[in-house]
Amino acid sequence: MTEALRSSAGGRIDRARVLHFSFDGRAYTGVAGDTLASALLANGVHLLGRSFKYHRPRGLLAAGVEEPSALVAVRRDAARYTPNLRATQVELYEGLEAHSQNRWPSLALDFGAVNDLLSPFIPAGFYYKTFMWPRRAWRSLYEPRIRAAAGLGRAPILPDPDRYAGRYAHCDVLIVGAGPAGLAAAAAAAAAGARVMVCDEQNEFGGSLLSDGARTASGIDGRTGARWLSDTLAELAARQVTLLPRTTAFGYFPHNLVALNERLTDHLAAPAALQPRERQWQVRAREVVLATGAIERPLVFPGNDRPGIMLAGAARTWLNRYGVLPGTRVVVVTASDGAYEAALELQQAGVAVAMLAEVRATAPARLADLARSAGIPLLTGATVLGTSGRRRVKAIRLARIRQGEISEAQTLRCDLVLMSGGYTPSVHLFSQSRGTLAWDDALQTFLPAVAAERARCAGACRGVFELADARADGAAAGAAAAHEATAPGRDGVYPAAAVDRSSGARTAAGASDNAGAGGFAGALPQPRHARGKAFVDWQNDVTTRDLSLATREGFVSIEHIKRYTTTGMATDQGKTSSLNALGIVSRALGKPIPEVGLTTFRMPYVPVTFGSFAGVARGELFDPVRCTPMHAWAIANGAVFEDVGLWKRARHFPRGAEDLHAAVNRECLAVRNACGIFDASTLGKIEVVGKDAVTFMNRLYVNAWSSLAVGRCRYGVLLRDDGFVYDDGVVARVAEDRFHVTTTTGGAPRVLALMEDYLQTEWPDLSLWLTSTTEQWAVIAVQGPKARQVLESLVDVDMSAQAMPHMSVVAGSICGVPMRLFRVSFSGELGFEVNVPSDFGAATWEAVFEAGRPHGMTPYGTETMHVLRAEKGYIIVGQDTDGTVTPDDAGLGWAIGKNKPDFLGKRSLQRPAMTSPDRRQLVGLLTVDPRVVLDEGAQLMAQPGAPVPTRPEGFVTSSYHSATLGRSIALALVAGGRARSGQTLYAPMPAGDVPVQVTSPVFYDPKGERLNA
Amino acid sequence: MLLIQCPYCGERPEVEFVYGGQAHIARPQQSSELSDQQWTDFLYRRDNTRGAHAERWRHTHGCGRFFNALRDTTTDHFLATYRLGETAPRAPAEPPG
Repeated sequence: MTEALRSSAGGRIDRARVLHFSFDGRAYTGVAGDTLASALLANGVHLLGRSFKYHRPRGLLAAGVEEPSALVAVRRDAARYTPNLRATQVELYEGLEAHSQNRWPSLALDFGAVNDLLSPFIPAGFYYKTFMWPRRAWRSLYEPRIRAAAGLGRAPILPDPDRYAGRYAHCDVLIVGAGPAGLAAAAAAAAAGARVMVCDEQNEFGGSLLSDGARTASGIDGRTGARWLSDTLAELAARQVTLLPRTTAFGYFPHNLVALNERLTDHLAAPAALQPRERQWQVRAREVVLATGAIERPLVFPGNDRPGIMLAGAARTWLNRYGVLPGTRVVVVTASDGAYEAALELQQAGVAVAMLAEVRATAPARLADLARSAGIPLLTGATVLGTSGRRRVKAIRLARIRQGEISEAQTLRCDLVLMSGGYTPSVHLFSQSRGTLAWDDALQTFLPAVAAERARCAGACRGVFELADARADGAAAGAAAAHEATAPGRDGVYPAAAVDRSSGARTAAGASDNAGAGGFAGALPQPRHARGKAFVDWQNDVTTRDLSLATREGFVSIEHIKRYTTTGMATDQGKTSSLNALGIVSRALGKPIPEVGLTTFRMPYVPVTFGSFAGVARGELFDPVRCTPMHAWAIANGAVFEDVGLWKRARHFPRGAEDLHAAVNRECLAVRNACGIFDASTLGKIEVVGKDAVTFMNRLYVNAWSSLAVGRCRYGVLLRDDGFVYDDGVVARVAEDRFHVTTTTGGAPRVLALMEDYLQTEWPDLSLWLTSTTEQWAVIAVQGPKARQVLESLVDVDMSAQAMPHMSVVAGSICGVPMRLFRVSFSGELGFEVNVPSDFGAATWEAVFEAGRPHGMTPYGTETMHVLRAEKGYIIVGQDTDGTVTPDDAGLGWAIGKNKPDFLGKRSLQRPAMTSPDRRQLVGLLTVDPRVVLDEGAQLMAQPGAPVPTRPEGFVTSSYHSATLGRSIALALVAGGRARSGQTLYAPMPAGDVPVQVTSPVFYDPKGERLNA
Repeated sequence: MLLIQCPYCGERPEVEFVYGGQAHIARPQQSSELSDQQWTDFLYRRDNTRGAHAERWRHTHGCGRFFNALRDTTTDHFLATYRLGETAPRAPAEPPG
């Protein structure tokens, strides 16, 4: 045994298994079963961290999840560095490497501690008041300094190499917390035949039983607590209850969805390579039993934050669970019954008890007798005036206060101060689920009142503290939950039938029989002009003075006071501070605590790693990827891809050392002069089929569909009822009752959803079906003067201009593969789109390409497609429109079926604002200097050098260099644009205003001769 | 995450559904006869109810069908779901769950 303060026997540790670890580079040993905190205490190390704002030396306040100060970083390797772990929750393993935080250059000598001396100048909200002037210093001085000082710990900088898993589960009864109440609930529910899950944040089940000493282990049902624990766990295992240790329930969501985070490898010295580090559970439970226990409250007095000052219950945990003596000479200050046990146990373990200072005017008679008979001096009506000791408490000054005057002041030497202000039930999850809370005067705390979910509270979390009572309470809750969950006829998780949702008011058992009885919320009384910092929130360094300041400055809402002083806003979410803060504010405002109210509890109960939330959705699995059937060919032929929604689309096919610009110029010229091949498979496709298909299309799209003959296509425009362009695409009538509708690549899902909406909800009388066929058809666009020549040799249909004029469609086959052949063009050239079943896409593409090579066929990508269509003034919905563009604005007024009684958006188009002549209209722009390519999004001004701010005339929507025209072109939306042809506008660019001439948006072949060839 | 009772499929998690706005607003048959104000009201004006709100939902990642629901906007919880064409049930005095 090298740990000087380890007891020789007892506790739940294995003294034979020695573990080596380091803290701030110094080597120590501990034993199996230790946490980092208990092992450091066993080595006499009490200084574990520096506080956030004042950099005060801090030790361990608590022994559990509520620990606010002892935050450490654990480093496994360069990538596995986890900051802000509570030392009380870090399980020791061989070789563990831990580091303290928030100090420089070292924990013992920290320059930031100068803040403690400067503290009169940095009260609550100082950053709102101090850094106001001079204004220019904000960016250069104040903000960088504040940012450097802000934050706890240091984030890891390498990608997280660990794996994280996720799992969904359903059960009849989920029990949160495996202390006496939770385990009793689990046993009762399992015995009733329910499917039960139990989770607990600790490595071992047992809750408070794990910290019970021999003195109090008088037991349950005639067994010791430890025996009852092992018996109950064996029973649960035999009944196949799912037992989840190291699993924190951190969020309670509607309809009994509880999120759990299970830590799988953080306690292992050498985790298996592929073992997940954490697993996040989403459990949907028919009934939930919350047995989340209670957290002991610190007392608020000057100097209450020195290392060696801790909660009374924490000392019992160190002693009884870990066999560690947290000091040699102790003063206990308490307002609650529980701390007497700590004093007696420590005394029995050989610690000198210098004083038991009782804050209440009188101590409960039974406990006072116990203390006296053990020879422990007792001071009632006590308060604490201050403490001393720099890196460890050395002495405490006690007194009584009457009307602000000190009496019987005395200074006692000690190296350990225990305090207890009573217990705060952990109502976090209950409150997250929107359960309401009610103030309990006897316990000076809030207790669960009415549940919003199918949940019950049991044990200490609803104020039932005595071991036997808590166990009985748990058993009753477990049995009731099982009964509800397995009731005959209950088939849903969340049936609407009303249930009794009262969580059960605390039984009126005399408060004096309750181990948690007594309690104090607020600050201990002090003489007038008291000095020293009395901490309320250890993690955010909030003192009584900060809270008083906030109330003096006029804050009355607890939510505002919380934000102004940051009390309860640290990563511990006020587990140890919220009620004391309430007590102080209540006194300052002269309002009882229930009237001051409570701040909101939010998930997560404890910090949860990002990895746990991300799970497997990282890297390549972050989002689904959609590829066309020709994707492999595009890769093999050097395509550069771009993301369009989830699709991977070939953007261009560079040859040799070509850049984007050179490749696009070459591809454009190839299409204009010979022919190009383009993968258009991503276009959305919807098959509209049924006897009312044409009626449906007439009501939906602006176009007149009745006049569209079978075998012909039409450019369709879809508006919403607000009259603005929503989507567009070619629509083919392939049979009397069948339309092949294409949509934009990104618009397919929303167009289908809109169609379904109208079909189901407005026109359910229409008889037709809507089917997404986007992924059923591979689409090979062949565009250019030689397109017909290339395809003719492969198909079994007549492709002559007479048989297949522009905007026609035929069914046939290509290379023996069934196809729908469209004669359509998005390039302005003679063009065809070959639709074949997706499975034949790649083979057909290769056959077409082979047939085209002798004719100079060139594969092209989306960038060339964009340039070609812009040369023709064809819009792209979402690029040249933005949700405020009417068909007429976009130059598509011709598409509207004038004689139709109605279509989506028709009525809106008649509103005066929609027909105003100064609406922004689609125009072409030609820069005066043909080499200048405008920025897309550039604003357009009527005058050069317009002062800022000014109202622009419009903006550029598309802008390219056109190889065909040998100059730049642009499309724009310009106020009253069509009437301004020939005018000059100015595009402000970083290098100065660029003059542009307004023109027609059709730059190339305005008569469409090439298209109709 | 809420559980939503699809009238066709039964209880399913919220992520399978898509919200569709306020229910029981029929698209005017003869829109050309409406004043601009009437048309604007149809297009844009919706109730902002505190409490039971009748609204459209679609079981998009399930049967794909639209249905109507009565939902308490103060708790998010669904009070009832019902098929298109059915009239909205009365809101229970005490919302379940």
